[in-house]
Amino acid sequence: MLLLTCPWCGPRDETEYHYGGQAHVAYPANPAELSDEEWAEYLFFRDNPKGPFAERWVHSTGCRRWFNVVRDTVTYEVLAVYGPHDPRPELAAGDPR
Amino acid sequence: MSAKKLPEHPDWLWRNPDPKPTYDAIVVGGGGHGIATAYYLARNHGITNVAVLEKGWLAGGNMARNTTIIRSNYLWDESAAIYEFALKQWELLPAELDYDFLFSQRGVLNLAHTLQDVREGNRRVNANKLNGVDAEWLEPDEVAKVCPIVNISRDVRYPVLGATFQPRAGIAKHDHVAWAFARAADRLGVDFIQNCEVVDFLTDGDRVVGVRTTRGDIHSGTVGLAAAGHSSVLAAKAGFRLPVQSHPLQALVSELHEPVHPTVVMSNHVHVYVSQAHKGELVMGAGIDAYNGYGQRGSFHVIEHQMAAALELFPIFARAHVLRTWGGIVDVSPDASPIIGCTPVEGLYVNCGWGTGGFKATPASGWTMAHTMATGEPHPLNKPFALERFISGALIDEHGAAAVAH
Repeated sequence: MLLLTCPWCGPRDETEYHYGGQAHVAYPANPAELSDEEWAEYLFFRDNPKGPFAERWVHSTGCRRWFNVVRDTVTYEVLAVYGPHDPRPELAAGDPR
Repeated sequence: MSAKKLPEHPDWLWRNPDPKPTYDAIVVGGGGHGIATAYYLARNHGITNVAVLEKGWLAGGNMARNTTIIRSNYLWDESAAIYEFALKQWELLPAELDYDFLFSQRGVLNLAHTLQDVREGNRRVNANKLNGVDAEWLEPDEVAKVCPIVNISRDVRYPVLGATFQPRAGIAKHDHVAWAFARAADRLGVDFIQNCEVVDFLTDGDRVVGVRTTRGDIHSGTVGLAAAGHSSVLAAKAGFRLPVQSHPLQALVSELHEPVHPTVVMSNHVHVYVSQAHKGELVMGAGIDAYNGYGQRGSFHVIEHQMAAALELFPIFARAHVLRTWGGIVDVSPDASPIIGCTPVEGLYVNCGWGTGGFKATPASGWTMAHTMATGEPHPLNKPFALERFISGALIDEHGAAAVAH
């Protein structure tokens, strides 16, 4: 069970949250002009790194607000928690996978 | 300490060769699908100068971690075709490979607990029949005849309203399946190279010409990826992206019990699937952990949830104990269907995206991947499963349709 720290409510069990996948995926600026390839990229292709991953979580059974987490997908260690509109924080150079 | 000498090691089922500098074809990943691909390259296409490169040991990933269920009762035509082809191969393979891997066609029940489940189940039974897949709809009392330990009382939170039944479905001993394929492929000349991790791809322009491994460079103009949860990692090294996400998928077994469970029972709605292994363990699985993960482990509440579901369906399991839980890494695609075919790199082929359901497809996966690698063109069975479908929109949407929730 992951222990995630909601920026507004503090540390809570994983069961209080829902997962939202990769963070920082912006809606296309000009959707009407996208090619099929670009739509496919937006709809279906997401990063899937082995190592640090910036992802979205929502505190469903608490404040119901979204936030972002950088988590290592191998160790599951939470490396950073930050607001939904903040840029991905720079992490100290560790052991990149 | 006893001074008695250890007995001689029995004959090995495959050699353990050092890699040669060049092969006609290389398969990356020595799991079930990779081993089967190598076997069918040799058997169906006469391509025997083949290496299977495995970073760990043969069949130590998802091939040793799945819940061994084999069935073909998928909704869509493309899926029914490839999984039914696999099931027909399963029926032939024990004789063909001369290896009894305990394939037991004990049937699978997919329970319905809501009116929507009943409608979907009936629709799937009809679709299966049209595709030549054995399927029938059972009312609750008929469910109890097939599997007497299922609780069909109305007095539970999610009563059993009926079930689909595929009598030809079943289970097999997964590691014996891998060993059977590996022994047969080895005898045909395939080299299984273990402890050999692919760290990069050698290319000439847009063409693959080999792989860089922890045991040196190995050359081949035909390379197939069968790396399941690590497919994205390999694709990134080759310079392209795949529309898959890697998740932990957990399963568990109980201690050994007398035979009490004669079939395989799956339930989407309360979400668990249960069979009893030949040795006697109750084998259970359910859905993936929600988050992306490469850790081969997941969160305990997922295990707790599937045990609660199992108890709802099988009150007799109340005194059983969890003996062992584990996790594998599954690569889930956006439409819950596999991706088998060409990549943007010429000569490099991919077989991934099987998500939670790859074991049952092992023979068809190997057969079609071998065809694709040998001829450069997809087999009719895997043509609809190309990477290109995510651009064309011709998805094979088995999410919720494939008789299992993803």
